[in-house]
This record gives sequence, C-alpha cells and structure tokens, in this order.
Amino acid sequence: MDILIPTLLTIITAATPLLYAAIGEMISEKAGVLNLGVEGMMLLGAVCGFATVHFTGSATLAILAGFLAGAGLSIIFAVLVLGFQSSQVATGLALTIFGIGLSALLGQNLVGIAYDGLPKITIPFLYDIPVLGPLLFNHDILVYGSIVLVVAVAWFLNHTRPGLILRAVGNSHDAAHAIGYHVLRIRFFAILFGGGMAGLAGAYLSLAYSPLWIENMSAGRGWIALALVVFATWRPWRVLIGAYLFGGITILQLHAQALGIGVPSQVMSMLPYIATIVVLVLISRDRNKIRLNAPACIGKPFHPTS
Amino acid sequence: MTKSFPGVLANDHVNLSIASGEIHALLGENGAGKSTLVKMIYGILRPDQGQIKWKGNTVEITNPAFARSLGVAMVFQHFSLFDSLTVFENIVLGMDASTDTSKLRSEIEDISTRYGLPLDANRHVYTLSVGERQRIEIIRCLLQHPSLLVMDEPTSVLTPQEVEKLFETLNRLADEGMAILYISHKLDEIKALCHHATILRGGKVVDSVQVETETPSSLAAKMMGESLATSNLGQQGEPGEIRLQVSGLGVLAMDEFSIPLKNITFEVRSGEILGVAGVAGNGQDELLKALSGETLTADLSAIQIDGKPCGGKGPNARRMLGMSTIPEERLGHGAVPGMSLVDNGLLTAFQRLEFLTGGFIVRGASELFAQEVVHRFNVKSHGIEAVASSLSGGNLQKFIVGREICQKPELLVVSQPTWGVDAGAAQTIHEALRQLASEGTAVVVISQDLDELMKISDRIAAICAGELSQTYSAADVTIEQIGLMMAGAHSVGEITEKVNAI
Repeated sequence: MDILIPTLLTIITAATPLLYAAIGEMISEKAGVLNLGVEGMMLLGAVCGFATVHFTGSATLAILAGFLAGAGLSIIFAVLVLGFQSSQVATGLALTIFGIGLSALLGQNLVGIAYDGLPKITIPFLYDIPVLGPLLFNHDILVYGSIVLVVAVAWFLNHTRPGLILRAVGNSHDAAHAIGYHVLRIRFFAILFGGGMAGLAGAYLSLAYSPLWIENMSAGRGWIALALVVFATWRPWRVLIGAYLFGGITILQLHAQALGIGVPSQVMSMLPYIATIVVLVLISRDRNKIRLNAPACIGKPFHPTS
Repeated sequence: MTKSFPGVLANDHVNLSIASGEIHALLGENGAGKSTLVKMIYGILRPDQGQIKWKGNTVEITNPAFARSLGVAMVFQHFSLFDSLTVFENIVLGMDASTDTSKLRSEIEDISTRYGLPLDANRHVYTLSVGERQRIEIIRCLLQHPSLLVMDEPTSVLTPQEVEKLFETLNRLADEGMAILYISHKLDEIKALCHHATILRGGKVVDSVQVETETPSSLAAKMMGESLATSNLGQQGEPGEIRLQVSGLGVLAMDEFSIPLKNITFEVRSGEILGVAGVAGNGQDELLKALSGETLTADLSAIQIDGKPCGGKGPNARRMLGMSTIPEERLGHGAVPGMSLVDNGLLTAFQRLEFLTGGFIVRGASELFAQEVVHRFNVKSHGIEAVASSLSGGNLQKFIVGREICQKPELLVVSQPTWGVDAGAAQTIHEALRQLASEGTAVVVISQDLDELMKISDRIAAICAGELSQTYSAADVTIEQIGLMMAGAHSVGEITEKVNAI
C-alpha cells in the first residue's frame, strides 16, 4: 500500500496533461480539422505558464497564460488552414517545429529555476476517507478541472445543439454549409479550443508535473495525445480511459526501470503508439464503426464559394 | 435575375413566378442555369441584378436561414445529410435554433404518417437507402411548414417505385396549397406531375408554358433549342468495315449514383461518326468508362475492336489497338491538373507515338507533339510548359481533344467534345472530327448537344436510363424523335405509340 498510492498519484499526474491535450484535439478533429501542432502548442503553453508564475508569482495567471499561449499559437494555424486553405498536415507539423523553437527561445533564462508547484486543494471530509481520500481528493486545480472538462465536453457533444452542429461540420462541411452553418467560424473556435487545451496541458507540465522549465519538456506527449484521440475513436470517455492507460504506461516504465525489470525502456515508450496502431487496425475492420465516430471531413479543406 | 461567374453568364435576366398550389417545372439541360437560379432563391448565392418578390413584397434573401424564415424550403439534388448522425439529429440540424426539440419527435411522426413517408428517427443515416434519405430531406422541409418547396432533380437517384410515391406526396402537398418548384430535365416526369413549366437554355428563359398543352417532344425541342443547324458536314463516302462492335454490353451500377448499363448494342464502322444523344446522367459516363477500358466487362466479347474481344483489356491495351477516348470531365479525368501540357500530352500519346526509348522519356519528341496540338487547335496558354489547371476550360478542352486527334486513332470515343468552348473552337473541333472520319477513323460522339450531333453525325442513337435506342441515319430522324428516344422510347415505332398515348 505504501508504494501503491504514490504510484497511482503519479499516474494521475502523468495522465492529466494527456487528457487536456487530447480532449482539445478531439474537439478540433470533430469539427474536421487535424491539428498536428499539439506538441508545439503544449511547449509554448509550458514556457508561458512557467514564465508567468516566475515573474508574477500568481498560479492563476500562469494557468491563464498557458491557455492563452496555446490558443494564440493555434490562431496562426487557423488563419493558414481556414483562411488560406493550406494543407492541415504540413501546417500542423510546421506549427510543432515553430513551437519547439519559440519556446526554447523564450525560456532561455528560465532553465534551472525552481517552482514549488501548483497548490494542492484538499477537499474537506472526502479527504478523510481511507485510501481513496488521499488518492482522489488532494490534487491541484488542473487535475480536478480535467475531469470536469471530460464531463462537460461529453455533455456538450451529445446533448447540446452547438455540439451537434460541431459534429455535423466535421461530418460533412458541404452539407453543413448548404443548410446555412458557418463552417469556417465553427472550425475556428474548435481550433482555438484545441489550442487552449494544449496550452493548459503544457502549463500543467511546467507548473505541476515537474515544476520547472527545460527545453522540449513535453517530450512527445503532444504526439501521444494525437494518437490518443484515434485510440479513443473520438469519444470523450474513452479519451479519459486512454489518457490514464497511457499515463499509466509512462509511469510503469519508470518504475520498471527502477526495479530493474528487464524490459527495455524503449519498448515501454513504444506501447502507446503500438496500442493506437492495434486500435486503428481493429476499428478499420468495421467500416460502420468508422463512419459512426470518425469525422468524415477530417483534414479536408473547405471552400465556402463552391 | 442575373448572375454571372467568371467566364459565364449563368442567369441572364431570368423571370419566374409561382403561385400557391402550383407545381412549377424548371426545365433545362445541364448548365442551363437551373441550379444557379434556385440557389439564389434559397439564399446560397446572391444575384448580381434583379429582385425577388415574396407574397408581393420585395425581399433580399441573404442566407438560407432567412429563406427558411420566409417559408422557402429546399430539397437538394445531392442530399445535405450527415452520415454518422441519426435521422433525428439530421432533422434538428435543419431547424432553426428556436425550435422546441422535445416536441419535434411527435411532429416528425405526424408528418411521416400524414404524407406516407415512413421513417425511423433513431437510425443512422448511413444505414438508409437513397429513397429513405430523401424522405429525411422532405420531412425536414415540411417541418418548417413552407409555402414554397424547391426540389432540385429529386428523382435522379430514385427507383421508379420511389418516384411514384414521391409524386403522390407532392400532389397532396400542392392540393394543400403549397407552391412547388420542381427542377428536372426528365420530360415524362414533368408531363406527369407539373402544371406549368419555365424552360431555361444558356441562362435565359426561352419559354414559359402550360404543361398540359405541350408534348414531351415539344418540350424537348424547346429545351435543346429549335434552331437546328442544317449544315450537316456530310457523309463523305461509304463507311468501311466495322471497327467497334458492342453487343449486349451490361455494366452493374458501381454505387448509388451511377447508372447501370443494360444490353447496349451498336457498331461503328471506319469512316463514320455515331452520335449518342442523351440527357446527362443517363449512363453516358458509364458507357464511356466501359468503352475506354476503365470499367472491365465480364463478357469479354461484349466489346470488340477490329473483331478482337476487348472486354477484359485496360485503357492502355485498348489504346495500343488504335482506340482513343476523351472523357467529359477535363480536370482530373482527361488531364492531370498539376502537370504541364507536355506531360499531359505524353501521358496518352507515349505508346502510339513512341515517346519512350528504353523506359526514358524522349523530351524533344513529346514537346514537338504538344507544340503541334497547341498550334493546330489554337490553344491559348502560356506555352507548352503551362500546367493544365491554369488553362481556361475551353482551351483545355481544345488541348485534350487535339491531343487525341493528333495521334490519328483508328477509333475515337469522345464525350462532350465542345462542352464549354466558344463557337469558333467548336467549329474547329467539329471539322477535325469530321476530317478524322473521312480519313477512315470510326468516331463515337457522346453529347447532350443535339445541334452538334445533328451537324456531325452520320448515325444517331439515344441513351436513356442506361439503355441505348436503335440507331438511325441522321438524315432520317427529326429532333422530336430523338427527344422522345432520350425520354426512353427505344425506336421510332415506339415513338408513334407514345405520341398517340399522349
């Protein structure tokens, strides 16, 4: 038990950034936009969040800065992809490379500075429950927020009219346009949300997960988040499960190394991607399943004039 | 109403009025401007000039939502449905935000029973047949209690039984006082359903008639244009031996939007031009693909070139036998949009004109070939290195047609040879086709332009719903007779019967 609870706690912290980034990307993809810039937006969110807390001391402002940084970078993507109809894949990749470089530049003087981490919020009474209390009810605001986010997004997509419109735009932008919806406007906000969530994911890394700034500190989590969306077949609850699964694999890999278990760490690092490939193969076998969940218009540019 | 697009005047001072309770047909060939007109009525496009009066008041319809609020509803030719959503969700998306979704379910049920449109609201759209999908569109429209229902070629994807049901529904709606604007180029449907017809040709209203007093053939004549050019470029000499023999060709529909070909039989002799008339979407594309070798046929001898069975041979093998094909779709089918004219020329000509030596491209020869085509057909471009997509439609058409003609094929199948090219260029292409025939090539011209077919063909047949009529010498048929064959009559004998029946 002494090892188990700390391990589970680290799994939660490892899963949270994946959850934010993947939920954001899922919304963007549901609207039909594939944004491969998640990694770049996460890094910019991380460095801006950390810089803000370093210079102002305010964790709230830092979280806000992380969100705005990710959303800001995604505006560049939105303008290129929606306004100029550039290729989503190429633009997303460029955004990641740009984000890696820009964050390293901005964070030059922040390397090696320590921060205490986001304050933990202990929920009274519930915390007193044995085992579960310390496990579930003593976290920072972003961990609680991530769960609320999943619930909110699931409800938004399945039970609200704007959520329905968002799915419709991703399913057939031509049909949505013909009925009279503003495809580009809806996609713009979806991209913005995706960027903001990626920024929050980054801010969580530099403010809570390992509260410091180092270059390229997201270390491929943006790509795991992208894989996670496909793994979850674009469903919020599965994103939650997948994030904890992938987060768990990351942590187990560290523990396995510490315990000297003879699995090469590289194999463990591969696991999320292998799992995604397996899921892709499995869902590809059933055309209807893909039709039902995957946004049909993903990656396709939309020309409102035709 | 006037609307122009770059290079075309899609609608040229078009007038149209519809009264409540009236089923009004909007009749015209492809590209006549029907869709442009209704898109303006529904607020998808804005007119350059002109005005719309709604129940006596001038309105400016700026977007579809506003059109809906006025009481205009539209059923699209290609449904605007979302495959992965349920029927109910699709209907909700078509309603304005203020609609009370909780009451919607019972309303849907109400309408579907009242008008005989059975539908399960919880099913996902991708599981439904085309007819069922159209029901969703119709119900979606009826839920808004419109006073004008616009239907853009609603029957093009329906089975005859589904068409019959649709007509019942439409008649009931008209009886209840709804105005229906029915767009179609199927003459028998218009005759059966509509009260009044406005006929468009080349973006202009050519006539507005009471359907009762018209016959399908008179409507066809108005739709196609009465000014028949009598200057048949003429048959020169007797046709030679059979080049292309098509017997009992049948092709199944590839998907829900394609037309199955049924028992198509004809032959083309060297030195003659066979014209295949038909309204778009009656199997022309499928016929061209079967002839070009893009679609292979199970019956290998259904298509014979110079007596050799070719049903299982692909396009390149057929090209080696002396056949060339020119598809209707220029960009993406007839030419690679992003490649230069030289490369596009090379792609179909390299085998017959030997532009390859040991697998390497002979640059000079292919450039000379492209030059020749550009020069002979007066293709306006920024040189032969210009990419295909940078050419205007007409110029690219001239290049593609020229590319095949300059290869001097023994057999040429061409679809819509002069679609979108100006009169002078059309003349060049016609003369080139005629000259090719006089040099002994067998030519098949598939076209919607009856004037064109009457002008250049030696013999004419019509294709309708995937079936080909008998062929007739161009000198022996009238435009009315062809019009009726395009509407489904198979022979002149049958035409007389049909005329008597009407």
